[in-house]
Amino acid sequence: MGAALPVVAALREFLPERAILHEEEDTRPYECDGLTAYRQLPMVVALPETEQQVQRILRVCSSMGIPVVPRGAGTGLSGGALPPGDGVLLSMAKFMRVLHIDPLARVAVVQPGVRNAVVSELAAPFGLYYAPDPSSQIACTIGGNVSENSGGVHCLKYGLTLHNVLGVRGFTIDGEPLEIGGGAPDAPGYDLLALAIGSEGMLMVVTEVTLKLLPKPQCARVIMASFDDVEKAGAAVADVIGAGIVPAGLEMMDRPATHAVEQYVHAGYDLEAAAILLCESDGTAEEVEDEIARMKSILERAGAARMTVSRDETERLRFWSGRKAAFPAVGRISPDYYCMDGTIPRKRLGEVLTFIGALEKKYGLRCPNVFHAGDGNLHPLILFDANDADQLHRTEQFAAEVLEKCVEVGGTITGEHGVGVEKINQMCVQFRPPELELFRAVKRAFDPRGLLNPGKAVPTLARCAEYGGMRVHGGKLPHPELPRF
Amino acid sequence: MTLEHFQERIRAAVASGEKLRLRGGGSKDFYGNALSGEILDTRGYAGIVAYEPSELVVTARCGTPLAELEDLLAQNRQCLPFEPPHFGPAATLGGSVAAGLSGPGRAAAGALRDFVLGIKLIDGRAQALDFGGQVMKNVAGYDVSRLLAGSLGTLGLIAEVSLKLAPRPQAEASLRLEMPPARALETMNRWAGQPLPVSATAWHDGELSVRLSGSEAGVRAAAAKIGGAAFDGAAFWRGVRDQTEAFFSGPEPLWRVSLPSTAPALPLDGPQLVEWNGGLRWLKSGIDAALVREAAQRVNGNATLFRAPDKKADCFAPLAPVLERIHRELKAAFDPAGIFNHGRLLPGL
Repeated sequence: MGAALPVVAALREFLPERAILHEEEDTRPYECDGLTAYRQLPMVVALPETEQQVQRILRVCSSMGIPVVPRGAGTGLSGGALPPGDGVLLSMAKFMRVLHIDPLARVAVVQPGVRNAVVSELAAPFGLYYAPDPSSQIACTIGGNVSENSGGVHCLKYGLTLHNVLGVRGFTIDGEPLEIGGGAPDAPGYDLLALAIGSEGMLMVVTEVTLKLLPKPQCARVIMASFDDVEKAGAAVADVIGAGIVPAGLEMMDRPATHAVEQYVHAGYDLEAAAILLCESDGTAEEVEDEIARMKSILERAGAARMTVSRDETERLRFWSGRKAAFPAVGRISPDYYCMDGTIPRKRLGEVLTFIGALEKKYGLRCPNVFHAGDGNLHPLILFDANDADQLHRTEQFAAEVLEKCVEVGGTITGEHGVGVEKINQMCVQFRPPELELFRAVKRAFDPRGLLNPGKAVPTLARCAEYGGMRVHGGKLPHPELPRF
Repeated sequence: MTLEHFQERIRAAVASGEKLRLRGGGSKDFYGNALSGEILDTRGYAGIVAYEPSELVVTARCGTPLAELEDLLAQNRQCLPFEPPHFGPAATLGGSVAAGLSGPGRAAAGALRDFVLGIKLIDGRAQALDFGGQVMKNVAGYDVSRLLAGSLGTLGLIAEVSLKLAPRPQAEASLRLEMPPARALETMNRWAGQPLPVSATAWHDGELSVRLSGSEAGVRAAAAKIGGAAFDGAAFWRGVRDQTEAFFSGPEPLWRVSLPSTAPALPLDGPQLVEWNGGLRWLKSGIDAALVREAAQRVNGNATLFRAPDKKADCFAPLAPVLERIHRELKAAFDPAGIFNHGRLLPGL
């Protein structure tokens, strides 16, 4: 039936048959990304291999007024790549080439379908690596990372995708070529690169990315510190940073999280502790020795009950393996889990944790916590069973309350996973109508008809009014003083 | 002074069709295209809004003198590691963010825009808008606050800014090595590819200066590895940052050429000073603008006429037509009446 679609006929003029999927059995694998609660069969999936094909697909869709949603590996956690039922899902999976690595200039030019971990593997012989390391790095692609401005466990010291991308090349929805940034540190005009990165595929389709490579630190060691109280662990994080140390990584897991992880990967975590901190130092051997000693004494004074310093690289990687496997580990102890992604000022950590603890009781659901503690990015994981409609409903309410608490304490509803379709209602809590209207104007500057990834990330004012109404019904309207359109 | 004061002034300008020239201390009046419009002085809106050293974030009002902010950070052993140029004692925080310029620390620590976390903006409808926030990781909505860094006040009045901070390094050392230009370019790039605590580089007239910043142990080990003659660098790096070094004096036009760090020395007449491991080349030369632009473009770079006695409307490299259209659309979205800093960034914008 899909074969009869006019858009399929138009794409056939320049795409081989294997690059156009329109039968349900072929399009089914694309119905969702990492946020599986939202599913939608795309009308058509297109799998271009060249920039010229991308340009022609965009021209066809834009001339026919058909929505386009770009997709990388589909590991996103906010539904940013949820397909359009009436449009084309543009899979960039075939753009898998690393075009160029210049070890002297420390840049890599890659296609967007290249997996994150591949860049560091290929840069390793030159003593270089690509810093952002989201926990999905063996699967997620650079194009997706650009789209979401992905972070990872080392971004307090080395920054997010935004800080490590020098330029992008691609097309507007109308197929006009765009080149933003590049090998030079500055470009004339507005910083459009800042807009493009983290735009959730709504401003342009990226076909090439120039990445910054960093020298690999000579060595790294991590301290695993146990605390008998979660708030004490939170205070210890502030003490480390307040002492003028920027650790290469600073992560926290609470006891429910370490228990889930330990059954799964045997990372050697202290299961007695209410919370553990992983505190990493990297640099030259002299720097690491010095910094580890300083961090140990700070953590000790902050009340660490026990501390273990990784003796070698194997042990260091073992300590990290648990943190990196936290999501799948939690996936094994519950039929389903819902991962949140708020960021808060570090000093409010204890208060937010207590709040989450109270919500566990209120909704009758468990919620282990893993945090990028160094930068205040929380990933509470609500455990539930999606087959139980009431549990799903309670989970959504639980999550909404946590995100709104993040905004209340001066944080944000999403630190690194993006808004997508998942947190679009909470955008109405974080921003007021004039800011949302300006976001829409930014979108129009690139995509006047709203055809590229429509309905994601920026809610309409009508949607906010409806959501505001719902919240009023619950007796919890945020910012009641604000006008609601 | 209050935000309402700015808002009223902007509303009045929109109503009367008047153009406004947003201005802090005026230390960067020389930068960008010719100035126009009635001055709206931002210095009255000054002071720290929030600062907690353990959060590594400061929020301050636009009129806050940059020197005052940096003193406060220094008292808490913190700093702005991108080293924004002051170009005079009057420099304000708002002006620094609007200009978007970074100093010697940029190649190692990142640019000013990398440290912007949030901005309160008053747009061309006189609305006070909040973008970003006070946290390190925030991907809710488009990254408008970083778009504003370097926008030269053409999108609105940057009223408050939250910046990420860095601890001041425990130790610092500066070294000087004799080196011809080609070898200096290669050396700087090689260092940048090794785990060395190089925090700034500058080459001029056969002399390569390098600054190391980090732990005592790290700096000592790197200094031994790099060699050269130690010198007291504080005044030198400040002079490069603020262009008070001898190289920058004199009446010739000063070009700022941004290019890939490994690009060969520019084949142009006139003295050059190289920063950022080769990514930034300052050129003092009266030669034709088209020649400078062409030479920069040939190596995938771009040239800005930074200082000149008679600047016209085109000190920045022209944009590709698609990018220019997007710039005009963005300007219209933020400043529909076109009242802010007319023409300073792009002719007619």
